[in-house]
Amino acid sequence: MASATVADSRVADGKWIARGAERTSLPRFLLWLSPWAVVLAAGVYAAGLCLYYGLNQTNMDNRFAFGLWIFLDLGMIALGAGAFFTGFLVYILKRAELRPILNTAVVVGFICYSGAVAILMIDVGQPLRAWFTFWHPNTHSMLTEVTFCISCYLLVLCLEYIPLLLRNRQLRKLPSFLVFEHQLHKLVPVLAGVGALLSFFHQGSLGGLYGVLRGRPFAFRQGIFIWPSTFFLFILSAIASGPSFLMLVTAAVEKLTGKRLVPVELFRRLGFISGVLLGIYVAAKSIDTLIWINFTSPAVGFAPWQYYMYKPFGTPILFAEIVLFGLLPAFLLTFRPTAERRGWLLSAAALACGGVLLNRFILTVQTLALPTLSFDEFLQYTPSWQEVASFTGVIAYGVIIYSLSYRYLPMFAPAKGEITDVSRH
Amino acid sequence: MSARYGMVIDVDRCTGCGACMVACSAENNVPALPQATARTGLTPLLVRTVANRAQGAARREAFIPIMCMHCEHETPCVSVCPQQAVEVDKATGIVMQMPQRCLGCRYCMTACPYHARYFNWWDPAWPAGMEKSLNPGVAVRMRGVVEKCNLCHARLHSAKEKAAAAGKREIDPADYIPACVEACPTAAIRFGNLSDRNDPVSQEANSPEAFRLLARLGTEPKVYYKSKEAWVRALAQSSSGRSSEPGSESQPAEVQHG
Repeated sequence: MASATVADSRVADGKWIARGAERTSLPRFLLWLSPWAVVLAAGVYAAGLCLYYGLNQTNMDNRFAFGLWIFLDLGMIALGAGAFFTGFLVYILKRAELRPILNTAVVVGFICYSGAVAILMIDVGQPLRAWFTFWHPNTHSMLTEVTFCISCYLLVLCLEYIPLLLRNRQLRKLPSFLVFEHQLHKLVPVLAGVGALLSFFHQGSLGGLYGVLRGRPFAFRQGIFIWPSTFFLFILSAIASGPSFLMLVTAAVEKLTGKRLVPVELFRRLGFISGVLLGIYVAAKSIDTLIWINFTSPAVGFAPWQYYMYKPFGTPILFAEIVLFGLLPAFLLTFRPTAERRGWLLSAAALACGGVLLNRFILTVQTLALPTLSFDEFLQYTPSWQEVASFTGVIAYGVIIYSLSYRYLPMFAPAKGEITDVSRH
Repeated sequence: MSARYGMVIDVDRCTGCGACMVACSAENNVPALPQATARTGLTPLLVRTVANRAQGAARREAFIPIMCMHCEHETPCVSVCPQQAVEVDKATGIVMQMPQRCLGCRYCMTACPYHARYFNWWDPAWPAGMEKSLNPGVAVRMRGVVEKCNLCHARLHSAKEKAAAAGKREIDPADYIPACVEACPTAAIRFGNLSDRNDPVSQEANSPEAFRLLARLGTEPKVYYKSKEAWVRALAQSSSGRSSEPGSESQPAEVQHG
């Protein structure tokens, strides 16, 4: 992944790289992967400890029953929303100009969702009982909806990833793979539609996870029918930040490879979509916050100011969430003079992604830290090294999968399979 | 006839001796784990110490036993469990936990406003020889599942078996008394059927001195507390009380000890 690239004939694994594509030498590529592999190995070891010895390896406890991992799950799934949303825009709304980013969206989505599912499997006390949720489902539980939709959507992402995988130069030589890929590719628009439906629901249900908690007035929200307002806010914030995250990932790859991989106009288009949706989200979030402060929370005996009397969760964090990481990037992404400058555009995209992560952090961590009983104390929690290592291991896993996909698959090629990425130099 | 089992805990009578906690642990085979901390231990019944904010002679302390409140309206832990491991028994009103089905996701613990649910962070273990003292009527819970107070459900089973053996359909109330109620030396914890207007516990629950913790959440807990002290009754309020003037008699509480 270094900037120096050579033609495929001079690369040891050149026959696996798409014809005409320029990739760095194999030793340099392995050098790039090696630190990530070490981080991933540490993560696997930490996860193994948690599975073998149990969750006593973490610093979670009876009151801080959720911790770093739930934040990671919610954050990754929000950022991975670019996958389903781009598919929705391209195949359902026929926005063909977004097609060059589609493969990246699928790979990023696959990484985010598979990483989140892996962490979820460590995060439960009895992972071997995961199938119980399908066998004895409680249809009233938001977690049931999340489990069903995420499992199904991960399957959809696998089915979307396989055609890309089968477009590898060597795998294409196998006739059965070629036929399979061709048939599967015809299904992709259907998969995109199914994926969009599943994703709208599970993004919402993840918001509903906390929004339905009547016993946690900081998180509890009124809503429409069975869905609390956080259901809709999570969908909005996910589809607002997903395109921004895709933009950031693509920009990072462009920087590392020294290539222009997608048209400049595509970034502006993604930024505009992200900015408009973020603006709608900020407006909805502001109205929701006002309703919560004035009606929902006081109705159950909690004065809203008391949520913000504990450091570091003061009112500045609310301001940061809505204005600094919401309104500001929405403006920067849609205001033409800033949207046309790459630096401003990417900075705004980073703020938008930071905003959705901050929102997930507040909802998961601040909710648990705050007292409910009058004689409760504000709690603090510091993740154990096993939790942190598992967390970073998933990030390393993502980098490795993306790196391998970029090297060996036609990530930024049109559907025909010919690489179009060219060196800027 | 269905019952609504509940409790009234007289805070003014509670001396904080902890006999209820010990009885609960012994009855329900709760392991004593040396590696557990105040935040990771298993305490289905936990006596917490609270004090008013006054100093010197005006300072007052009280003990508040906390266990599952067996909420009966929109029971927070029941609706969230993804695999129906928690349910409200319609015949008794007891909120039941099925460890055999529990995934250990801990969503119910997050949902409980009373922090009355506990996770088995470790494998259950007892000092050598102590396993002979285990209650054969209660299954030991494995690592990785959630547990909580079930109002000594094994005792209810025994009472039902006794009634059935005698050819009766209803149990004798004297045969079903949770271990904490039985162990309390000052009779601060009382247990009964809240649906029965003639039951003394039902009458106490409706007395002016009775209150419930976080009642405004609307979950209708079936564990009541009572006290003549205004500052203790103010414990029912949310944590908004902590911002008031120090020493205010009407406001609770500053600290808890395990």
